[in-house]
Amino acid sequence: MRWLPVLFVAGLVTFATRLSFIAVLGNVEVPPLLKRALRYVPPAVLTAIVFSEVVVRNGAVALGPGNLRLLASAAAALVAWRTRNVLLTIAVGMIALWIAEAVL
Amino acid sequence: MPRSGAGVLGVPDPDPGYMERMSPPLTPRREFLSGCRDELPLLLGVVPFGMIYGVLALDAGLGAFTSQAMSSVVFAGSAQLLATQLVREAAPALVVVITIFVVNLRHALYSASVAPYVSHLPRRWKIGLAYLLTDEAYAVAGSRYARDAGVAEPSPHRHWYFLGAGLTLWTSWQLSTAAGVFLGAQIPHRWSLDFTLALTFIAIVFPSLRDLATAAAALAAGVIAVLAFRLPYNLGLILAAVAGIGVGLAVERWRA
Repeated sequence: MRWLPVLFVAGLVTFATRLSFIAVLGNVEVPPLLKRALRYVPPAVLTAIVFSEVVVRNGAVALGPGNLRLLASAAAALVAWRTRNVLLTIAVGMIALWIAEAVL
Repeated sequence: MPRSGAGVLGVPDPDPGYMERMSPPLTPRREFLSGCRDELPLLLGVVPFGMIYGVLALDAGLGAFTSQAMSSVVFAGSAQLLATQLVREAAPALVVVITIFVVNLRHALYSASVAPYVSHLPRRWKIGLAYLLTDEAYAVAGSRYARDAGVAEPSPHRHWYFLGAGLTLWTSWQLSTAAGVFLGAQIPHRWSLDFTLALTFIAIVFPSLRDLATAAAALAAGVIAVLAFRLPYNLGLILAAVAGIGVGLAVERWRA
């Protein structure tokens, strides 16, 4: 319950982002630089999240083979790249992690 | 003049409903239903995603009510998944809000993209459609607008199509969250299900890597995020996003 007000504000901010250009169009043109910059938001944000989730383990950078999540992520990335299939990517990544945890 | 059963030249029409089915009048109802139908294939990815969110939200310590409420209040899959992580780490409220804002900034792009097509609508429509403007609704409604680009007189009821796609997604997101919240209580910790967050993002980042500039933006952001992970309040993520956008723009200029 404690988090509800915070999430409510986050929801309003998200809604405002979605409404932004819909609300102002007709009065304001979208600046071309902003439009070009926004194209890089999804790849930049998503990769930043993935890297910090997978590479930083227990408060330290872990790039060695001892980082099982890194190994499983590499397998998942290969599947994502070749198939573009979300479900298959998650399945392969989880199974790879479980196998690595059991074997190594 | 009796129409039924007689073709235009007086020849019996073998199939009286033929003309109607070939070019159906695009009523609001038909537009709405075809929006719903075109959204269906995307649910294959959305429903498991919603369930994963429900499981993780409960696991992070959000109660069942708050977990479910976030799905209608924030209504954005990646941001909700990330929020569960921040809740788990007991991050400060402002960090949660700013992080969700940054992750959802891409919706401004969708907003700019659909704005010309909804500018004639009354305010309540704009508000409703903006609320429903998720990745998956945009994927369907946006490609409809793109398909209509060559049409001289596009249907005046296209916003109903958008509404159908958006509401279909909204409903399945709420239901799959509920299923995840229900299941979450029964899944043990040692299954490492929190890893599905990274896996889901790996799966959805690849389609956004369309050229050298987007790939460079992604790589730069990833490296900066790791280098800056010690910064307080998850500021590393925001720094990484800004750096990635900068690198993307620079590569774009350099290639041009």
